[in-house]
Amino acid sequence: MSALTRGRALLTGRHRGYVLFASAALLLLAIAPAALDPFRLGLLAKYLCFAIAALGIGLAWGQGGMMTLGQGVFFGLGGYSMGMYLKLNDAGTEGLPDFMVWSGVEELPALWEPFRSPFFALAMVVVLPVAVASVLGLLVFRQRVRGAYFAILSQALAAAFVIWLVGQQGLTGGTNGLTNFYDVFGMDPEDEGAQRTFYFVVVAVLGALYLLARQLVRSRFGRLLVAIRDGEDRVRFLGYNPATVKTVTFAVSAAMAGIAGALYVPVVGIISPALLGVVPSIELLVAVAIGGRFSLAGAVLGGVLMNWAHTSLSENWPEGWTYLQGGLFILVIMLAPKGIAGLAGQAGDLLARRRAAAAPAAPPAPVKEEVAV
Amino acid sequence: MSGEAGKAAGGLLEIRDLMVVFDGFKAIDGVDLSVGEGELRFLIGPNGAGKTTLIDVITGLTRPASGTVAFAGTPLPGRREHQIVRLGIGRTFQTSVVFEELTVLENLDLAAGFRRPLVSLLRRRRGVGPQVAAALETIGLQDLAEKPAGILSHGQRQWLEIGMLLAQGPRLLLLDEPVAGMSKDERERTGELLTEIARDHTVIVVEHDMEFLRRYASTVTVLHEGRVLVEGDVAAVQADPRVQEVYLGRKKEEAV
Repeated sequence: MSALTRGRALLTGRHRGYVLFASAALLLLAIAPAALDPFRLGLLAKYLCFAIAALGIGLAWGQGGMMTLGQGVFFGLGGYSMGMYLKLNDAGTEGLPDFMVWSGVEELPALWEPFRSPFFALAMVVVLPVAVASVLGLLVFRQRVRGAYFAILSQALAAAFVIWLVGQQGLTGGTNGLTNFYDVFGMDPEDEGAQRTFYFVVVAVLGALYLLARQLVRSRFGRLLVAIRDGEDRVRFLGYNPATVKTVTFAVSAAMAGIAGALYVPVVGIISPALLGVVPSIELLVAVAIGGRFSLAGAVLGGVLMNWAHTSLSENWPEGWTYLQGGLFILVIMLAPKGIAGLAGQAGDLLARRRAAAAPAAPPAPVKEEVAV
Repeated sequence: MSGEAGKAAGGLLEIRDLMVVFDGFKAIDGVDLSVGEGELRFLIGPNGAGKTTLIDVITGLTRPASGTVAFAGTPLPGRREHQIVRLGIGRTFQTSVVFEELTVLENLDLAAGFRRPLVSLLRRRRGVGPQVAAALETIGLQDLAEKPAGILSHGQRQWLEIGMLLAQGPRLLLLDEPVAGMSKDERERTGELLTEIARDHTVIVVEHDMEFLRRYASTVTVLHEGRVLVEGDVAAVQADPRVQEVYLGRKKEEAV
């Protein structure tokens, strides 16, 4: 076998998933940190935060058929949990966060008090999104609300959340959100070394969550989720309650958005309503559609690529971004509903067929017979 | 076979005085039905007689206006669909719905798995459980086990549905027009399958196809305009003038 065909075999064979995962890990852990300047590496860390939230959307929407337009809410719950802790940490034991002083708040609101503890804050990063998603999911999915109605409901939640955040100036920092952090777990967030550390943490979390999601998708639970996506009413007659399965999945996807939001805060240095509303939530969904919603890798890829394109285009041609995003979305929905991942998969299959045609003598891989346990 | 309609006191399925009303239309108008353990019962009747509605009521898809439906002594109305399945009642639909993206094996495995706690579903499937293997063998789709269900023909889909039903391990199986749209060979194969299943299950079959009925039915309940018209063994039902009238539109006098 020549090196070329061996390379092709790696990309088309049964181990394609492992090869791609290892390549992505190599790219993100070794090549990117060496090749990118600190500013660009920081941007990449930011894109990867969105990719974590996109992974959650891939799970809920791509696998579970729940088109959620409100992931910004969960991103925000995670982000604000982290931000509140950092603000309190900066303010010291007696002081108040700066924006409260400017708003004339004289005593720390009770809601803030427990966020002095980093453990409580970190727990809330996951607990709050999961709690909100579970309550919403149980109410909505039990009543068999789905499809566009669920999408609109989740969007309304995002809109309401942002209105509330903006309205509570003294409690939440209003439109400005929470910013100006000076000490992130003992590190100065402006410091290049700290930024590198944040970057590696984001990559590690993304990798871990990706493997977790992949395990979920491949398990019986994942098969059940796909069955519910394609025939919810039929699944009831298999003796399962789809509402439970959907709620669990929605909660997992919310947890991922919450973790993404929490990581975003030290990486970018701000969490504000502008990041959480209807438009950013939809943009994230569009990114997943373009990357390929039926594949977890596609969702992650979409999250990174679309945010990268957003930043790059905004630097050179700000007004073009919206058009490009809209145009791409229409193209993908019409021509390639499986997105970039679907196209890549087709290309891989084509390559595999050609290889098979070129070497007909190769014996077929032995099929392992699985025996009853 | 005992021949006569299940009249054993306390049959597996007991329906009394059932009424189902859709917007003032009485789809089912006072049906009594009793199906005993181990019975194979055919439910026939012209279009709109209420056959599928009856199945829908038993499985929780439609709520009755009044009357009782009891399965092994447990009242069914008011329970959700998946809860009724958990009591041991499985059904198929006129238009078969299998999960096209899942393989034949995964479809069966899903059907067999509802008794597992949700947490245990988080593990990947390793191997094939005995119930799944048995169902796969019964429906004869072993060669297609690893293929996505989307590639199956209409007949194969119906068989897969029946297999999924078997994998559920139900006490009562409800089949809604299992041979609709099937070729002659497929009907034959389905008939054999049905005979085999009926050996150790209680089965209710809704069917339109008279030929199929003649070949495979023993006890038949004829529904007409939401009521039970006749109940008895195939020959008696076929000879009954009232049945001939509703099916062939003959006048009573001519038929007698």
